[in-house]
Formats: sequence, C-alpha cells, structure tokens
Amino acid sequence: MKRRMMALTLSSTLALSLLAGCSGGTTGTTTSGSTTGSTSGGGDAASGSVFFLNFKPEQDAQWQELAKIYTEETGVPVTIKTAASGQYETTLKADMAKSDAPTLFQVNGPVGLAAWKDYCYDLSGTPIAGELTSEDFALMNGEEMAGIGYVLETYGIIYNKALLEQAGYTAEDITNFDSLKKVAEDITARKGELGFSAFTSAGMDGSSDWRFKTHLANMPIYYEYKADGINSTDAIKGTYLDQYRQIWDLYINNATCDPGLLSTKTGDDATAEFVTEQAVFYQNGTWAYADVAELGDENLGILPIYIGVDGEEQQGLCTGTENYWCVNKNAAPEDIQATLDFMYWCVTSETGTKAMCGGEGAMPSGAAGMGFVIPFKGNLESSNLLVNQANEYVANGYTPVSWNFSTMPSEEWKNGVGSALTTYAADQTDANWDAVVKAFVDGWATEAAAAKA
Amino acid sequence: MERSIKRYLPIFVIPTMAAFAIGFIIPFIMGIWLSFCEFTTVTDATFVGISNYIKAIQDAIFLHSFWYTALFAVVSLVVINVIAFLLALALTQNMRGTNLFRTVFFMPNLIGGIVLGYIWQLIFNGILAPYGKALALNEWYGFVGLVILVAWQQIGYMMIIYIAGLQSIPGDVNEAAAIDGANGITRLFKITIPMMMPSITICTFLSITNGFKLFDQNLSLTAGEPSKLSEMMAMNIYQTFFGRVGWEGVGQAKAVIFFLIVVGIGLIQLRMTRSKEVQQ
Repeated sequence: MKRRMMALTLSSTLALSLLAGCSGGTTGTTTSGSTTGSTSGGGDAASGSVFFLNFKPEQDAQWQELAKIYTEETGVPVTIKTAASGQYETTLKADMAKSDAPTLFQVNGPVGLAAWKDYCYDLSGTPIAGELTSEDFALMNGEEMAGIGYVLETYGIIYNKALLEQAGYTAEDITNFDSLKKVAEDITARKGELGFSAFTSAGMDGSSDWRFKTHLANMPIYYEYKADGINSTDAIKGTYLDQYRQIWDLYINNATCDPGLLSTKTGDDATAEFVTEQAVFYQNGTWAYADVAELGDENLGILPIYIGVDGEEQQGLCTGTENYWCVNKNAAPEDIQATLDFMYWCVTSETGTKAMCGGEGAMPSGAAGMGFVIPFKGNLESSNLLVNQANEYVANGYTPVSWNFSTMPSEEWKNGVGSALTTYAADQTDANWDAVVKAFVDGWATEAAAAKA
Repeated sequence: MERSIKRYLPIFVIPTMAAFAIGFIIPFIMGIWLSFCEFTTVTDATFVGISNYIKAIQDAIFLHSFWYTALFAVVSLVVINVIAFLLALALTQNMRGTNLFRTVFFMPNLIGGIVLGYIWQLIFNGILAPYGKALALNEWYGFVGLVILVAWQQIGYMMIIYIAGLQSIPGDVNEAAAIDGANGITRLFKITIPMMMPSITICTFLSITNGFKLFDQNLSLTAGEPSKLSEMMAMNIYQTFFGRVGWEGVGQAKAVIFFLIVVGIGLIQLRMTRSKEVQQ
C-alpha cells in the first residue's frame, strides 16, 4: 500500500525515470565478419544496430520476422518494439529518454514532426530517399527531409455487395450524398423485413472514435482547403461543417444501435457487425481488409465517403499516409548507418518488398505479409482487394481525397471534437451541434496557438 | 551484539537507501527541476522559469478537475468509512460465519483498478442502456459510478483495519459502562469511537489520499468523458504530460502542485484526527 501511494503521488516523473534507470544496454554485440554491402558513407554499419519503434500493432509479427531474417543475412542486430494501440507518442516519449533510444521511429505528419524535429536525421540524398516514387511522400522540415512515408493507405465506406443487392441496390446507385442517403434510409425503413441495418455502429469508444473524429473529419477539412487553395491553416473556418453534420446524422441514425449508446461501442463491435452481416456499410480503410476478408472478395467493395458537396460525383477514396519513418539524429553514427541500410533493404530486397506488400504466404515463414502499398520503386502488386479497388478509382479518373488530418493541430483537438460528437449523437439538438462546431473551429484556433507558443 | 549490528549497518541500509534514492528521491528532484523546463524527452530539457506554472493554473480543465477530485475525495471518504465501520461492528458480533463474510468483503480489494474499471463500465452501461444513456454522456454518472466502484473496492480493506481496532478495545471498559447504565448508542459514541481513533486516523488518511490520487479506475471507467469533465487530477496530469505535444513541462508543474495539495491535505487531516486520539 505504502509503495503504491508513493508510486502514484509522482506517477509521471517516477514512471519515466524508472524506465530510464532500468534500460539495459544491448549495444555492439555484432559479429564482425559480415558486411551489409552498403556503399554510402557515414559510420560503419557492420558495428551498428537498429532499433525500430513500430506504430502498427497489426504488423508486429511480420516486422519481428523481417528483423530476424535481416540479422541472419547481415549480422546486424535489429530490435523491433511495437507500441500498444494509441500509445505510440507515450511510448516514444519514454523510449527517447533512454540511453538506448530507438534509431528508427515514426511521426504522423507535419504536426507530429513539430514535436520531434530536433530528433530527425536529414534523409535527403540517402539511398532510401532515391527509392521514393514521388517527392510528395517525403516529409520536409524546411530544406531537410525529416521523414519518409513508407505506406500508403486508403479509406472509404466498405460495403457488403450481397446485402446491398438484397436490399435492391448496387454500388452504381450510389454516386453522391443524396443517393447514399436514399439507400441508407430505405434500408432503415425496411430494417425489420431485411434483417440488417445500413451502417455499423459508429462507436465512439477509444478503439473506434478515430474513424470519425479524425478520418471523417478529414472530409470537411479537405474541401475547405481545396476551396481556399491551401494545405494547412491555423484557423479553420468550418465552411463544410453542415455537410459533416449531414453525414454524421446519416451514420448514427441508420445504424445497428441507438445513437445514445455510441460511447460504449468499440471498433471490434463494428467489425463484428459487418462480418456477421448485420449492416451493409462500414467506414474503414485498407488496413481492415484482414478483418473483413472472411466475407469473401466477391462480397466486398469500397465506396467514397460522400458528404454532399457539389461535384462530389468525381470524388474518389481518401488516400494518403500518416506513417513517416524518421531516423534518430542522436543515435551513434554506426547505428544511423545500420538503420539506413535496414530501411533500404526493406524496400528494395526481394524478401523485404514481398513481406511489406504481399498478402497470404508472403513471409518466408509462410505467414501473411503486411499487405502495404509502399511509395517506393520496389512496390509489388497487392493482394488486398480494397487496395486494388482504390487503384481502380484512380485509374478511372476519380480524384483521390488527400489525408489532411495530419494538419489537425493536436490530439487534444481530436478528442474535443470526438467528445462533442458523442454528446450530439445522444441528443441531436442544434445547441449540441454548435458545441461540435465550437470544438472544431474555436478548438482549432486555440490548439494551433498553443502548439506555437 | 549491538556493536556487530552497527558494524553491518551499511550492508542492511545501503541497498534499501539506494533503491529509495533511485526510485524516489532522484526522480522527485528531477521532477521538480523539469517543472521549470520545456522538454520533449526528460533527458534533454531547457529552463523556462515559471511559465509552466502559469499555464497550469490558467488551465480551466485543471481547476475543474481539482474541484471534481476534492468532491470525490470527500464523498468517497464518508461513504467508505461509514460503511466499513458499520460492517466491522457487525462482523465483530458473535455471529456464525463472520470469517466468511470478512473474506468476501475483502476480496474486491485484490482486483486491480484497471480491471475493476472495465468490469464496472460494462455493468453501469448495461444498466443505463435501456434508458438510452451511457456513462460517458454525463460527468455525474461517472462521478457516482466512481464512488460506487471505489467504495466496493476499498470498504473491505478499511473494514479489516476497523476490525483490528475493535478487537483491541479491552472488554472491561465496555462492561463497566454497561453496568453503569450506558446504552448501546452511548457506549458506541463515548467509548468505542474514541478508542478507535487511531484506526480512524489511518483509514481516513488512506481513503482521502486514495481519493485524490485515483487514476486507474478513472482511466478505465470514464477516461475523462464527456470532454474531460470527469477527469480527476492524476489523470489530468497524465493527459497533459503524454497527451499534448509541448505541454510536458506543464504536466510536470501540475504534478508538483498536485503533490503539494495532497501533502497539505494529508497533514491537516492527520493533525485533526490525531488530536482526538485518546490513551487507553
């Protein structure tokens, strides 16, 4: 009890410092006979080691396996540590304070970079930078290339073809917000007869609320930036918030659950509802393919998120990245070199690209690959149906929606919008919507100012 | 004998002192230093003076969390101690099965706060769901929920301390009072409670400081919803430190303020109840 009391009194300091105190060293235990075949300058990579703090828990097993293979091939030790879902910043903050800090870490875009720019090694001119298919996928800090996007992802409204047909529609019937609304409300009206709902629960539990406070909120931001011809701002105007309200109303009032209960619904609930055919539509992205694949490729499709903006018939899916690789500038030179070599190997070698892009059986051990689309020359064709559909949209001339949520001023802002959305869902009054608008517009200004201070 | 103990003093004391210094004193001093700094990781900080403290006290949510926490500490203090005391009285009577009941009441204390929080969240949301409500929609649902949860968890623990106190009261005092004609209620207030003051001091100290420092139950039961209104101080500090880029120092400053408040309240409470303790 006494120990607990003490520990809690100063929990934050104590926890951090204890972590710092306990970090044991696993440095420089490399065998010398091996070389990495790297040609670029800097430290001697053979004596370095790699420590990657991974953001994506769903790909932990693949990274661990890749790390092992790389160590076998080159003798360079690679440590992969994966932060728990939603805990990346916390873990990174604690780990960076250790003597044995990550050499490779991730930021989510310009806002994340602002916090970590003093730790980012300039990647311009490195071999991996030369592998990028477009400069757009580099994260720039002034003249320096601070980060490199390593995976492209796409989200939209995943739908169940069979159920949609059962309700008497096909995906071709849905080309804008009005037609989506018509279909969704028709399904709701005939819910008893059909036996399923239009949308899965728009869960506002921490495991699911990012789908709405971040991903869905990207839509009004995207259109506002587009209308104003900008790509980030310190003061959002909220021009398209009425459309945001329309789509949110549609989601929550045509779902499997009562809007008052959204705060209790998790991401797993929504997945389960979709997979067990309780609902037709499910807003999520390419990363969720493995979760929904059991419905069968022939039953799956993905639609753009229409919110009711003029000309949205030509709008495509939302494609972008919030996963940028950054190399820790403060690591030892040989570790930096080892890390650069590892990254290069991942995106160019056969094993590496196969593991990153492949699906079923792509790992040397026979396990499924990561199923990524990587913005590098070595990208392979994907077996992820949702990814391929996203590519079709682009090929057919639809304009992809960019990921602007990396310009959202802070996590604090997202949480504020999320809480307001939950409150509004339970009691859909104009006053409660005003609170969402306030969190969106005023919250943005406050948080942007706080970040600059 | 004594000399040889003295000779080996360092062997016994130094490991503990070192652990205490590494685990407590050094982080504590570092923490105070960091509260005057701006930093991203704790090992590389720049001094910025008291600006963190100014930001901390200007933070409306932090002030709200202070009142919310204070109210919670008082309510839970009363609820836990009154019920625990009554249970202790009941379970020191000559009844069958008192040991079984003591065990049952103590058991919730063996479950960790995070687990409890999630379990009770399911229970409360299950009860509220038919009415179209949920815990996360109203800060007072969360408040009542937390009181129930913490009471359920801690009553057994306090009850054990009270039972030990009750059993140490010499039977002859009560017997003499009964012969003098004091009824049950009079004996409770004039004899039992005054003689129980040492236990009461401990239990009230534990429950008030636990109330202020509550974190895991808060995190798992409400996570601060709606809009941070059910966020208590410890969680507010955690969220400031880890949840906001550039606010690490402010979180640290809040932690120092929080430390001073808890120490202050703890000392006042100790003094108040100590002064009422009587010699047996």
